[in-house]
Amino acid sequence: MLGPASHKNYFELFELPIGFAIDTMVLGARYRELARRVHPDRFAHASDQERRLAMQWTTLLNEAFQTLQDPIRRGQYLLSLSGVATLDDTDTQMDPDFLMEQMELREQLEAARSDTAWRERLAALSAETRQRMQSKTQEFQQALEQGEPGRARATNAIREMQFLAKMEREIGELEEELE
Amino acid sequence: MALLQISEPGQTPAPHERRLAVGIDLGTTNSLVASMRHGAPETLPDEQGHHLLPSVVRYQASGNVTVGADALAAAHDDPLNTIASVKRFMGRGIEDVKRLGKSMPYRFAAGDSNVPRIETVGGAVSAVEVSAEILRVLKHRAEATFAGEVRDAVITVPAYFDEAQRQATKDAARIAGLNVMRLLSEPTAAAVAYGLDQSPEGVYAIYDLGGGTFDISILRLHKGVFEVLATGGNSALGGDDMDHAIAEWMMREARVPDDADHKTLRRLLRDARAAKEALSANDGVRVVVDLPNQGAWEATLDRMQLHALIDPLIEQTIAPCRRALRDAGVRREQVDGVVLVGGATRIPRVRDKIAEFFGREPLSDIDPDKVVAIGAAIQADVLAGNRRGEEMLLLDVIPLSLGIEIMGGMVEKIIPRNTTIPAAKAQDFTTYKDGQTALLAHVVQGEREMVSDCRSLARFELRGIPPMAAGAARIRVSFQVDADGLLNVSAREQTTGVESQVTVKPSYGLTDQEIEQMLRDSFTHAHEDEAARSLREVQVDADRLIEAVQGAVAADARLLDEKERAEIEVATNALRVARNGTDVQGIRQAISVLEVATREFAQRRMDASVRKALSGHRVDEFDTSA
Repeated sequence: MLGPASHKNYFELFELPIGFAIDTMVLGARYRELARRVHPDRFAHASDQERRLAMQWTTLLNEAFQTLQDPIRRGQYLLSLSGVATLDDTDTQMDPDFLMEQMELREQLEAARSDTAWRERLAALSAETRQRMQSKTQEFQQALEQGEPGRARATNAIREMQFLAKMEREIGELEEELE
Repeated sequence: MALLQISEPGQTPAPHERRLAVGIDLGTTNSLVASMRHGAPETLPDEQGHHLLPSVVRYQASGNVTVGADALAAAHDDPLNTIASVKRFMGRGIEDVKRLGKSMPYRFAAGDSNVPRIETVGGAVSAVEVSAEILRVLKHRAEATFAGEVRDAVITVPAYFDEAQRQATKDAARIAGLNVMRLLSEPTAAAVAYGLDQSPEGVYAIYDLGGGTFDISILRLHKGVFEVLATGGNSALGGDDMDHAIAEWMMREARVPDDADHKTLRRLLRDARAAKEALSANDGVRVVVDLPNQGAWEATLDRMQLHALIDPLIEQTIAPCRRALRDAGVRREQVDGVVLVGGATRIPRVRDKIAEFFGREPLSDIDPDKVVAIGAAIQADVLAGNRRGEEMLLLDVIPLSLGIEIMGGMVEKIIPRNTTIPAAKAQDFTTYKDGQTALLAHVVQGEREMVSDCRSLARFELRGIPPMAAGAARIRVSFQVDADGLLNVSAREQTTGVESQVTVKPSYGLTDQEIEQMLRDSFTHAHEDEAARSLREVQVDADRLIEAVQGAVAADARLLDEKERAEIEVATNALRVARNGTDVQGIRQAISVLEVATREFAQRRMDASVRKALSGHRVDEFDTSA
């Protein structure tokens, strides 16, 4: 079959080895190179058909690039390639310890709001969140490398990473609000 | 087999011939047209040498329409029929327009359309038609300059324009007889004009405060690629609001009654603007208000007072800057340069505040009024195919999240803001009743969780769903945002593969029938022959297709077997014969036959191009990742 759908997965599209560790510089360079070829702007004078194809190709390219560029989305995508859907949160069974940690982080965030030294508190909180994210990312990568036996752990790790990412976002939003 | 001879002398432009294409800045206060001339992008002047066309349109009882300086001059004697700042009304509903237009004298007619119309002695007109008048004048100006027909244009829009506002702009161009090659974001156009891509990789902030809109864009530039990381703004905030703030101060101080007549209000606004402009060079300016029964009031407006009036407005531009930086994942100190665009950035106070926020002096070497049109002209030249080899690429984003209405008036986001376009998302729906054959999807744009807090874009009605038990149908609805930021919806039932018909009901846009009607009206108005124009348009389409196919066959004949080549040749020749006739339907049919004949070929070429891009990367990467 021809057309954008013929590429089975995003890693193949950029000719990158399938795996969590990727060189984002290479990814960016290949994305830009491909975009130069298929972007609708290259087909402003082509037939409607070619312009439609260019739009479909670039849509796929953008989606693939954004997915692989972001560690959480890349992780989810890798899990989806092995048949695990992480996006529907129907069977969210989080580790109770992790949930406790999250509640603590959240309480700290709320406490920072009414603190005169909010700048320092938010900076510390942000550093802590980032550090946890780093160790979760490592945990995810190790679990993923184990293949089938590590799948449940990898799935859990990625969900926890989503929580941490949300936390980071909210720290940024509060910072902006208090500024 | 002999080589195909499908080109006839004189029928296609020689390869070195430049295609005429213009860039248009359709501004709130002023509009401009620019194009490549003598090898450089230039804004084009009118016969009197004026580059800026005031975005003002006057309608008279005689049916006469004046655009530009003459209309502006008449504005204060004939305020009701002279439309200024019409950009503020683009893609807006009657409620928005009443709110936005409260300090404007116009009378709005609701009618049965979703699109509000302004009543004038020359008839009721929509914002789209008023904008089309401005575009038509610019088109004629370019045609007079180049002594040839101009059809292709890049038109700029504020980065923060929502889908309805973009669609309205494109509709206006269509009515004016222009083919929009691309709707380009104003800040991106400015970055192009500055040639920022020529510098080594860097992150730039483009701060664009125009007459009626504010945009902030954060771009990453990388060897000819302009990648918009995030954009933010306010599509109803600009220099006009500063004029209003000054005028209101004058009214308070001079005790002008709130219900003063339109002429007085117009004059106050004009004087307020003049005072604001004078204060860019002076520390104080005399302001005078003549009142019919109270005599004249006179005072000095100094910079301190001016700052007190405009600081709250400047402050409103800072929050979007913060958010755009955060969305882009860029800290203030990582910004390599700040570019100022738009007339309001001439105000020293605005410059100071921006320099203070970003911690660096902003760039403003190109005239902030012209920079957007110049960038648009460069992009138009690229899209016209006049710049082989030095091609830049602009990767833009959607400024506001797209969502659909779900249960309880909540919004489910389908494409988040700052997603690079083109972008698409598929969503599965099902039926809730046995035998249900239609479905309604309500698409909104905005960041809030409730439908009522977002902008309604359109309701899409899907029909022709095969009757099944409730919940059995799987209708996959695809939302596609194209490179102009415009939305298209298609739907297919997954278990049967049946395509649904999608009817779009834009919330604040014109329906296809309304646009057709406006097109017909514009022909009558311009004493143009509708049939002749339709024929000319379809002939241009046919020529473009023939040229595209010829070029493709010449470049990639190896991707075709003999039978396919023969088929394409037959279809090309048939289109050429049809094109020389006068049967519009016949030409359309021949176009679609040739498109079918080249469908496989087009896909193969695209695949080959992708393979080629990747096979070349091993050489390039050392370079690009440095």
